[in-house]
Amino acid sequence: MKQFLKTTLLVAATLWSVASFAADPTVPLDEAKVDLHNKASLQRGAQLFMNYCLGCHSMEYQRYNRTFEDLGIPEEIGMENLQFTGEKVGDLITNAMPAESAGNWFGTAAPDLTLVSRVRGADWIYTYLRSFYVDESRPFGVNNAVFPNVGMPHVLEELQGIPRKTYEEQMVDGEMTERYVGIKTDGSGMLSPSEYDQAMLDLTNFLVYTGEPMLLEQRRMGWYVFGFLFVFTLFAWFLKREFFKDVK
Amino acid sequence: MSNAPVDKGRRRFLTVATSVVGAAGAVGVAVPFIASWNPSARAKNAGAPVEVNIGKAEPGQLIRVEWRGQPVWVVRRTPEMLASLEGLADQLRDPNSEQPQQPEYAENLYRSRKKEYFVAVGICTHLGCSPQYLQNDFAEQVEGVDAGFFCPCHGSRFDIAGRVFEGVPAPYNLVVPPHYYINENTILVGKDGEQA
Amino acid sequence: MSKLIAWIDERIPMTKTWNIHLAQYPAPKNFNFWYLFGVLAMLVLVNQILTGIWLTMNYVPSADGAFASVEYIMRDVDYGWLLRYMHSTGASAFFVVVYLHMLRGMMYGSYQKPRELLWVFGMLIFLVLMAEAFMGYLLPWGQMSYWGAQVIISLFGAIPVIGDDLTLWIRGDYVISGATLNRFFALHVIALPLVLVILVFLHIVALHEVGSNNPEGINIKKPKGSIPEEEKPKFKFHERFTKKYDIVDAFPFFPYYVVKDLVGIGIFLFFFCYVIFFAPAMGGLFLEPPNFEPANPLKTPDHIAPVWYFTPFYAILRAVPEKLLGVILMFGSIAALFVLPWLDRAKVRSIRYRSGFHKVNLAIFVVSFVALGYLGLKPATEVYTFFARVFTFLYFAFFVLLFFYSKNENTKPVPERITK
Repeated sequence: MKQFLKTTLLVAATLWSVASFAADPTVPLDEAKVDLHNKASLQRGAQLFMNYCLGCHSMEYQRYNRTFEDLGIPEEIGMENLQFTGEKVGDLITNAMPAESAGNWFGTAAPDLTLVSRVRGADWIYTYLRSFYVDESRPFGVNNAVFPNVGMPHVLEELQGIPRKTYEEQMVDGEMTERYVGIKTDGSGMLSPSEYDQAMLDLTNFLVYTGEPMLLEQRRMGWYVFGFLFVFTLFAWFLKREFFKDVK
Repeated sequence: MSNAPVDKGRRRFLTVATSVVGAAGAVGVAVPFIASWNPSARAKNAGAPVEVNIGKAEPGQLIRVEWRGQPVWVVRRTPEMLASLEGLADQLRDPNSEQPQQPEYAENLYRSRKKEYFVAVGICTHLGCSPQYLQNDFAEQVEGVDAGFFCPCHGSRFDIAGRVFEGVPAPYNLVVPPHYYINENTILVGKDGEQA
Repeated sequence: MSKLIAWIDERIPMTKTWNIHLAQYPAPKNFNFWYLFGVLAMLVLVNQILTGIWLTMNYVPSADGAFASVEYIMRDVDYGWLLRYMHSTGASAFFVVVYLHMLRGMMYGSYQKPRELLWVFGMLIFLVLMAEAFMGYLLPWGQMSYWGAQVIISLFGAIPVIGDDLTLWIRGDYVISGATLNRFFALHVIALPLVLVILVFLHIVALHEVGSNNPEGINIKKPKGSIPEEEKPKFKFHERFTKKYDIVDAFPFFPYYVVKDLVGIGIFLFFFCYVIFFAPAMGGLFLEPPNFEPANPLKTPDHIAPVWYFTPFYAILRAVPEKLLGVILMFGSIAALFVLPWLDRAKVRSIRYRSGFHKVNLAIFVVSFVALGYLGLKPATEVYTFFARVFTFLYFAFFVLLFFYSKNENTKPVPERITK
């Protein structure tokens, strides 16, 4: 048995080193420090979503009233300021754009965003939202570094300003070379770069919430279950020890 | 195998304790299964309070709306209809609305917030048919009463405040749903409102 | 109470069954950690059946409604998310415990005579379980559901002559469609669970007929009369077991192994509930990210891989550059396990008393299986394909080598009795 285990571990270890050597490269994404407990951030994110995203993207599995409740927004205030579609507060967050015309305008229907955080992850969304840059060759005049040739205009331009890929000249081995230093805005937007980053973090936070609106409840319940299991296992263990006195 | 005597008390205690904890766990596990049968958010939303515009209702008119999938009536009663409610007490099962078939604010002769408007769930308390509104011909059912509700399924009769007559199969008065006046011309059915 | 029991016992053999299978069933006294997984598999099966029934109450089996109905369950139904996560986590947990259960059988020779049929029933359970899991995975109607099913069903296209017609027949359409979804739903919720439960029943009948093996691989049934009275266990075993044999080194399953299993179940549930409440997607292994996107027949996700429990077999399939041969090898890798009782010709069961060569061989097999599972999740790059081929070779080499060396294997002497 020991020899078997040893051999297993040995072969596994060898394999692991080989596998990690051959690991595939990944696109660097910025870490989104989302916080589902931060209701102010979630509320700001919801506001951004309703104002800038809902025109084209729906959120058709999520309800307004649930969103308001979870985000701590009173129903009347929510309906007045955040609900632009649907009739009742319990309606799903759909949008007015028929999928067909969207297909004509953008080449493809704008995807529903309820679950985007579960498909792409928070970091991807956060980085994507901050990676638009001017590219005159594209139909909307912008491209995205994370999602090349994305068929979406930069709807947040009025907030960010006009973002460009920026290069710096640098002396390398006695020669002037250009080095890519990231996407920089021209400053014409309503928000400063750090404010824009915060706004995008809020929006990401909101999208993470809608992906799993039950997440906080789920985790809270998990701790109670752990507590129960601890008590149960403890009793079961004492019981087992008691009975096994017969056979030891 | 040791021959140490078995501590029966301890063994018994541990058996019972573990069983109790296990049973508590089983109850806990049952909770999501049972709770998932409650109306879902979609059902609750579909059953959300309904606004009824009464601004254009003519005297004697019955407006029918759907609330929680059931017919809800709003009847604008004429003074004659209101007058007919008095003096029926000895023919009715529950003339003073003692059975909990209505919110507190409708526990009066007219079974309504405002005399003029009667709001009720249009489902017979017998077996769930929807009674007919007999605006003028109710006297065929009950002598001397011109307006009322008559259930075609099993012949139950109700007066214009939804009170059930004696001698019919329906046991209780018609249900008055929670409702309140948002303003002069609008009733919200499904919510008691703050002035309750 | 005792009157009621007597009344029932006159009509059905309740007490007798309880005694034969639990209270007076002789279980070897040296069961270890590895003997927990059978009970855990039963527990997970019950979990799957209960949560599955509850999920069907709100699930809509149609191409238009399936995806939305799952999100409806997750959001609008009270505790719907919990029922769904219990089911999705249960699916993976089922395979975890079943794989460990099978490894236990391989380590301690539990498939050897007289337990060949027990092993075959177990393998049938495994096969049905794979079909059950595969069909269940289509039901959420996400991108992975759709394209995973597309790939697996296309496998049947490799069969000469009838292949194309067969795939068309399985799908009931020219692509995976609502027709496919509905028939998979019917099989997933009714037909296969029924078969599964019957097979589990037969598995236990077979087990209790021949008796449990143990880590030493020593028989606890000795010839009648060969054991002096004072060496026999002090417990009462059912006469069904003691009529023909003297039972040694055993105690009744109930209460001893029941209370022991309770501890094991408690510990298992810690892991199980950790996944349910804190990591239901398990980093994309149990619920894959593309499956949160509705099925789109016009667009394949960038990288598709089956769920982790199929990847060892999927890696074997991909390792072979020829379609038909790949399919044959993939099914062959499962078939080889079926005939394991006849490939292993050793006279000794437990790995504890077998040759060093066998230990190394089994270790390489386990590593190959895990490695293939890892490789099956990865895109088929050149390096990965090379490794997949190596491990496919090692996987099959286990069975071939076993067949040859086991006949005259240099085993250690096995003790007469379980001493511990």
